[in-house]
Amino acid sequence: MKKIVCACSYENPEGTQLCAQCGRPLTKEDEEKKVVDMRYDGTAIRSKTYKTSFIDRIWNFFSSVKVGVSLIVITLVLAAIGTFLPQIMFVSVPPGMETIDVYEEKYGFFGKAYYVLGFSNIYASWWFQTIVGMLAVSIIIASLDRGIPLYKALKHQRVRRHASFMKRQRLVSETVEDEKQAAETFELAEQTLKSMRYHVKREQGALLAEKGRFSRFGPYINHVGLIIFISGVMLRLMPGFYVDESLWVREGETTAIPGVEGYYIKNNQFILETYDEKDLKGQDSERVEQAINTRAKNYQTDVTLYKEDGTPLAGDTADLQKIGQYSIQVNKPLKYDGFALYQTDFKQDELKTMTFDLVNKTSKKSLGQITIDLRNPKKEYVINKQTKVALQKYYPDFTEFKDGEPQTASSIPNNPAFIFKMITPEQPKGETSFVAIRQTLEPFGETTYKMKFQSVETRDASNLTVRKDKTLPILLVGGIIFMIGVTMGSYWSHRRIWLQRTEDGRVLLAAHTNKNWFSMKKDVSEVCTSAHLTDYHDQLEEREKQ
Amino acid sequence: MQRKRKRLFIRSIILAVLVAAISYTVYVTATGGSKKVVKEGDQAPNFVLTDLNGKKHQLSDYKGRGVLLNFWGTWCPPCKKEMPALNEAYKAFEDKGVQVISINIAQSDFEVRDFVSSYGLDFPMTIDQTKSVMRAYNVDQLPATFLIDSKGKIKRILTYGITEKEFKQYMESIQP
Repeated sequence: MKKIVCACSYENPEGTQLCAQCGRPLTKEDEEKKVVDMRYDGTAIRSKTYKTSFIDRIWNFFSSVKVGVSLIVITLVLAAIGTFLPQIMFVSVPPGMETIDVYEEKYGFFGKAYYVLGFSNIYASWWFQTIVGMLAVSIIIASLDRGIPLYKALKHQRVRRHASFMKRQRLVSETVEDEKQAAETFELAEQTLKSMRYHVKREQGALLAEKGRFSRFGPYINHVGLIIFISGVMLRLMPGFYVDESLWVREGETTAIPGVEGYYIKNNQFILETYDEKDLKGQDSERVEQAINTRAKNYQTDVTLYKEDGTPLAGDTADLQKIGQYSIQVNKPLKYDGFALYQTDFKQDELKTMTFDLVNKTSKKSLGQITIDLRNPKKEYVINKQTKVALQKYYPDFTEFKDGEPQTASSIPNNPAFIFKMITPEQPKGETSFVAIRQTLEPFGETTYKMKFQSVETRDASNLTVRKDKTLPILLVGGIIFMIGVTMGSYWSHRRIWLQRTEDGRVLLAAHTNKNWFSMKKDVSEVCTSAHLTDYHDQLEEREKQ
Repeated sequence: MQRKRKRLFIRSIILAVLVAAISYTVYVTATGGSKKVVKEGDQAPNFVLTDLNGKKHQLSDYKGRGVLLNFWGTWCPPCKKEMPALNEAYKAFEDKGVQVISINIAQSDFEVRDFVSSYGLDFPMTIDQTKSVMRAYNVDQLPATFLIDSKGKIKRILTYGITEKEFKQYMESIQP
């Protein structure tokens, strides 16, 4: 490796701009500058020094700020394109239709291309994740490459710098003083600087005062926060860290909670409350009210939560322990053991029971009533010794006859149909009747009796979302660290003042800060006044004036 | 030279870790996200269900035998269609160490009993009232047939109507 040997005989790594020992400018360019570039304190950015192996080439690529900025811009542009059309999770595809056809029908060729390229589900597309991943790599490598040399340079900085370094700072001052005056100047300067809360280091004939060095590390801390945040988001993909499922549970039923083993939930009651007419104070027309649904006051599911005792075993509900009763409302989830249940949707007035009258068709006389629980029908309903109704077939969601057999579309009693055998004193052998809503068939001939529909009981169903997110604390920590970094870098500045006496009897002052030069000038001015030094020049301002 | 080698080593490790993390993220998203999915080759989740005759069936009790799980519902035409075939295959392999457990998804006792008697089914029929077994096996379409070998590993997951010949071939594959 090539070394740059400074006039002070210190060996600096290739790419160094200012000697780490004395601060002399090492390149022609820097020598010609009136004010040197103090970014990274003139150290060599690591990656720029070696370009040898394949790994180094990759490393250098990611270390580049240009590459980093390009990645940010690409990410933003892609994410912006992702907002052109609705994302896939906000599109409800009708049954029997493909998602791609929905996009094509609605948005034409553009919609189809959008879907095929993966913009319709951008966060799950491999190329978007790869770009964000590359951005993370760029943040890590660029920070390592700059942060570590900067830390080392600031930690090992020398009190005495070479006169050529002092001369090339933005704020400078030069005063001719003899040895005795100089000693007094140093003493006074130290006092003043200490009263302004500078850390002061002294060597023979040289002084370095420094304040707020930690603010230089703000951007790096900020990057650490970002990386923690990104890792948290990534962890969501690991099994067990993140659950987002949903379930339907009907009033009175108990069901296993998906995604959290061993927990069961019973829906005791679903409540939908609306505002009464008198509660509605506004003068909105009825149509406006319906349009923005001002009437609903509360969506609530009252539930009982159960946990299986011991190691969870699917299907084993023998020893469920009641944990408690809860009311789940919109924005008031049930939170337990790291998971949360949110009120998401509801369905009102699902059929629960149906009551029929066993009626003689001619005399219109009733022999009695039976009530069928549609989620758990019985085989036989006995009215008295000679009178009973046997349930032969039950179709909870009757659709049509297929090859003479009635079909059911689901297990939910949306359109219940029954085949009854009615046993009556007149017909002890029984009469068969197919009964559905608004439909009665008598397949084996005309019957004397019929099942006359009387009434129904209904119940509601609730849809709950199950959420479990173990990455939240990580995201919170990442966010806090990020903000600490931003605050450190934004509200504090790194100020340094060098003072030295040259052999030819001059006292040189130089000052540098990474931001807020106005305050820096105030500090320098105060030092100059109290230590009887010539007032400073601002070399940059002077150059602008010329 | 020493430093250079060390540097190359550290850089390679950092890059390797980062590339691995990104590849893993992309891979997991591409293969269905964070949902805990039961896959072929996994250990079959243990469960216990009671059949219509009151007999308890716990999967772990069938270690050493092959087990065929069949999830179904009366509203699913291919489920109904494959039932007689499954019954024939069951009878052929009952004594050869393959157990069949049929699991209905939360329907009423009446409907399931009626179905079993009208189709003349002989294998154990259970009802998963709380859908917990269905959720443990991530069943989202019916019919779903799981072939579990004698060590309790899932060999195949089939989500279509199966013929008698295929049932027999599959049962042969999990026969101990």
